[in-house]
Amino acid sequence: MTNVARRRLISRVMGALTAVAAGVIILPLVVIFAFLVYQGSTALNLDFFIHLPKPVGEVGGGMANAIVGTLILIALAACLGVPVGVLGGLYLAESRDRHLPWLVRFLADVLNGVPSIVIGIFVYTLVVRPLRHFSAIAGGIALGVIMIPIVLRTTEELVRLVPASLREAGLALGVAEWKVMLRIVLTTASAGITTGVMVAVARIAGETAPLLFTAFGNRFWHHGLDQPIAALPLQIFAYAIAPYDDWHRQAWAGALVLISIVLVVSVLARLATARLARS
Amino acid sequence: MRALPGGLEAMAGPGLRRRARIRVSGDRVFAGVLRVVAASFVGLVLALVVTLVVAAVPAIRTFGWRFIVGTNWDPVAESFGALPFIYGTLLSSLVAMVLAVPLGIGAAIFLAELAPFWIRPPIGFLIELLAAVPSVVYGLWGIFVLAPLMRVWVQPALGASLGFLPLFQGAPYGVGMLTAGIILAIMTVPFITTVGREVLLAVPNHQREAALALGATRWETTRMAVLNYARSGLIGAVLLGLGRALGETMAVTMVIGNRPEISASLFAPGYTMASVLANEFTEATSDVYLAALVEIGLLLLIVTVVVNALARLLVWSVGGTVAKVRE
Repeated sequence: MTNVARRRLISRVMGALTAVAAGVIILPLVVIFAFLVYQGSTALNLDFFIHLPKPVGEVGGGMANAIVGTLILIALAACLGVPVGVLGGLYLAESRDRHLPWLVRFLADVLNGVPSIVIGIFVYTLVVRPLRHFSAIAGGIALGVIMIPIVLRTTEELVRLVPASLREAGLALGVAEWKVMLRIVLTTASAGITTGVMVAVARIAGETAPLLFTAFGNRFWHHGLDQPIAALPLQIFAYAIAPYDDWHRQAWAGALVLISIVLVVSVLARLATARLARS
Repeated sequence: MRALPGGLEAMAGPGLRRRARIRVSGDRVFAGVLRVVAASFVGLVLALVVTLVVAAVPAIRTFGWRFIVGTNWDPVAESFGALPFIYGTLLSSLVAMVLAVPLGIGAAIFLAELAPFWIRPPIGFLIELLAAVPSVVYGLWGIFVLAPLMRVWVQPALGASLGFLPLFQGAPYGVGMLTAGIILAIMTVPFITTVGREVLLAVPNHQREAALALGATRWETTRMAVLNYARSGLIGAVLLGLGRALGETMAVTMVIGNRPEISASLFAPGYTMASVLANEFTEATSDVYLAALVEIGLLLLIVTVVVNALARLLVWSVGGTVAKVRE
């Protein structure tokens, strides 16, 4: 074999090996989906969406309270995460301050890497313990804190993309700077910011660890936002580690519902990003 | 701030002047609001650190360094040594990295350098979906699919072939360090691949062109021109994955076996810092027990922040364009 042929062969082999690596990574995705659909669909029926969990030993029932709970928690989280994230991102993109933007950017990246269970402890110590109550509010705060850095950095990036000419046109017409920011810059960037919020929602919808000692979970409907509330991921966790076969089936069904929510939101966000990038 | 120029000032009537003044004060208020929001975010992160430190003080004061080197975790006797959890976190993450790094970097090279162009977007998309799967779903799959598979097939096979190593000795439980490491590898690989691909794409094209012009093959170009240039960024990508693995909670809790022991065998059940928090935090009855758990959380915070900060510095060092890399 000539030297050149050998080198070409090595190049081919390495190309094939890296392709195999990519294939091995994707394999679990396929396997996990197959199991979710196969196991989950047997337990998934209308009851699952409209009924409360049955007491231990009784077959059937559903996770209606957990599905509603997850939606409420996401809404509460958005109340904290979206305004702080969007205004903070606007600040990062527009401010000419010297030190604060750098610090905010750095801390946002740090917070993004903090394990979500640590954020759970933080909210427990600061909110749950003084109030002596696990509550939906505490769960929403924990998820909101996780949302902030994601929304913040996306907003900054997209506000920077708004053409200066639009801003200048507004200012030239004598519109106040703050109105230009709110009405022109934010509106122009709003499609992208929505995408960022959706990415953040997809991330927090499946979070379990920070809810363990904030929202806590609940086998019944919640009574007010200052009370413990059920959440889909919490319920899946509780059912998966319990010793009952029927609960295991329900856990699979719950996981199928949860992943459907997460994937629909992320795929929509992803498609929107692709469209924005093209325009 | 922005008074009207002299000529305009003279032309403008009192109404216009008043409006200009209102506009300037409106701008000031708005800039102030933005600054307050930004500052309160900084305050939030500081509050996170301060809260954990303050809540952990009773444990730090009572146990001191013994907390980190002690191996006995006995809440009833109020004896708290966190070494088994630290060991479990480090070992499970190490197993994960051994599996995830070659696969993740290999796939990143494939996606950025060697794959045909038409195949890159769909594979990149699938790998990003993998990153979106919630931890608890991985855990569910781990309990009911992966753990039985490990118990019946993988662990007996490993024990028979590599059983002379202490790593692969002992009874095959299914749950344990190895299973947790595999789940962690599956979960962290998408991050390594996605960030690694961005880093490789940030390598300037003239690097590749120079190597190709000298007659290098595709792989030689990648190895000499691209990987050399991107090395620190790729290490950063791996560290970002490591940061995820260290703090990952639910999936690990569900498959690691939750036993606070230090064993050389990867088949043995273990416990991680994040798992003990998930399992015991709501059951902590005494103040010092709670403080001990918070101290574990504080240690976890410190380790992940250091790993992440290092990772970001390395990723940024490859090139300005990579500064956009998120997650």
